[in-house]
Amino acid sequence: MEIRFSEAELKEIEQHKSKYPNPKSALMPVLWMAQNKWGWLSNEVMQYVADLLNLTYAHVLGVATFYTMYFKKPMGKYHVQVCTNVSCMLHKGDEMFEQVSNKLGIGHNERTSDGLFSLEEVECMGACGGAPMVAINEDFYEKTNISFVSKMLDELK
Amino acid sequence: MIKDTPKLILRDIPDLHKVDVYLKNGGFDAFKKALTWTPDEVTNEVKKSGLRGRGGAAFPTGLKWSFMPKGIDKPKYLAINGDESEPGSFKDRQIFEQNPLQLVEGILIAGYAMGLKAGYIYIRGEYHKWVKLMEDAVKSAYDAGFVGEKMKETFGTNFSMDIYVHKGAGAYICGEETSLMNSLEGERGYPRVKPPFPAQFGLWGMPTTVNNVETIATVPAILNMGAENYSKIGAPKHPGTLLFGVSGHVNKPGVYELPTGTLLTDIIYDVCGGVIGNKKIKAVIPGGSSMPPLRGDEIEGVMMDEESLKPLGTHIGTGGIMVMDEDTDLVKITLRIAHFYHHESCGQCTPCREGTGWMEKILKRILKGEGTSKDLDLLVSVANNIEGNTICALGDAAAWPVRGFVTKFRDEFEKRVKPSREFVAPNVVHGKVTSKDKLVFA
Repeated sequence: MEIRFSEAELKEIEQHKSKYPNPKSALMPVLWMAQNKWGWLSNEVMQYVADLLNLTYAHVLGVATFYTMYFKKPMGKYHVQVCTNVSCMLHKGDEMFEQVSNKLGIGHNERTSDGLFSLEEVECMGACGGAPMVAINEDFYEKTNISFVSKMLDELK
Repeated sequence: MIKDTPKLILRDIPDLHKVDVYLKNGGFDAFKKALTWTPDEVTNEVKKSGLRGRGGAAFPTGLKWSFMPKGIDKPKYLAINGDESEPGSFKDRQIFEQNPLQLVEGILIAGYAMGLKAGYIYIRGEYHKWVKLMEDAVKSAYDAGFVGEKMKETFGTNFSMDIYVHKGAGAYICGEETSLMNSLEGERGYPRVKPPFPAQFGLWGMPTTVNNVETIATVPAILNMGAENYSKIGAPKHPGTLLFGVSGHVNKPGVYELPTGTLLTDIIYDVCGGVIGNKKIKAVIPGGSSMPPLRGDEIEGVMMDEESLKPLGTHIGTGGIMVMDEDTDLVKITLRIAHFYHHESCGQCTPCREGTGWMEKILKRILKGEGTSKDLDLLVSVANNIEGNTICALGDAAAWPVRGFVTKFRDEFEKRVKPSREFVAPNVVHGKVTSKDKLVFA
């Protein structure tokens, strides 16, 4: 697979750069674009981003590894995130994580062998009033329960 | 009972996020009013209102604005903190969703008062949907000519500024103002040593102010109603309305805009419909997970504002109230909190990097039933040695809840640990074990 942004995407990158006095600031938005396009940030992708923004590979790696939402390994097509922090734990979010983990047969930060699902025990997602919460990719499911989540996972299969 | 209270931010108007609806409801009137004053007069109005920051520290907003240097030929910036990563806080996303244009207007007012070039709204990465909502709102404000170069013509002024949305990528520490600035600069989100303070050396080395989303969204309301009227709402030393995010064991959790100084029991029992299953309350965290808890038997008569909570050894924080019923396992909760801060420590300062890990390890031991009463003192000692010994406030944020839970609920923790540590120490004479003595350490 060739690692290259399209012309339109390169234009978008220029736009990001123009928002800040120093183009280095565009690194986070560009890493987001790269992750959305290639699913995760491989060494090749990070090198490509570094070249695009005139940064060292080490700097890009440093930033990518600092933030948990940048994936440093391939994740599932559906990334299931279960919050177990306090507000969710008070509504049995920790049990929900165990149940989802058993159902998918994978643990924290693991991926099913078919590449369909990955699971993450996440820190507070800012949905405390809707505890317990589960997120699948970018969508939040609040005040949820295991039977709903279970059914949803079955439907995604 | 809570009477009808003013809604200054979460106004009950459908589609308020749309420019035309916002305009019909007094949108940008406050900014127009600001333009009839000098920038200093605007800052003074905010000072007079008594508005204090809503991000956790409750620092006076107008005073913070006045720290920005004047008459210098440098670009100045505003970073609007919407990182909202503190467990128990979920109020800013309500603003992105319901009233994003009031935030835009607040940024313009702050921009005029401090002579800013641009404002950057930093939103946590997990809020994909709300980042999009905020981006759409900013774009619609640009399209309507309220932001950027075009605003000069729209408002007939020489002042103009830009507003951008910057998406985070999952790091609690980026809610710390200097860490947030590093993140905006395309760096790892490590906090910076202060001084120099952001007002001297902030974003890209330029004078910068960092304000919380809710703080800035409040500013248009202050200008509209007048600082004096605003200062009469709620608690005198911490006035205004505050977005309380209530979660945990209550019947109606959610975000509620209420005057500061509202009784905690009114919020729990009247606004949130009481505790699920009518159970008793064991503990309440009043302002997000980093704030020391209150015991259930302490909450009677407690008013929710910084000056009322301080004497109780806790703070208003982000206004994230977490209610725990009588059946809650507080050892488990404390461990979960300790795990969070260990996970989120950036690793720059030794006391925080190591101490948060130690606290988690000790609490794990206690949860497993392998702890001793000495461990409880050790937890407090570790917390004491983290507090105040780190570059940023994450250290304090990690220390306070652990120390708070262990000291306030010592009885519950004592029940989970062995009274003392027992060692079987061999008695060795000339290299030979002669007997085994039990040594007991108190």
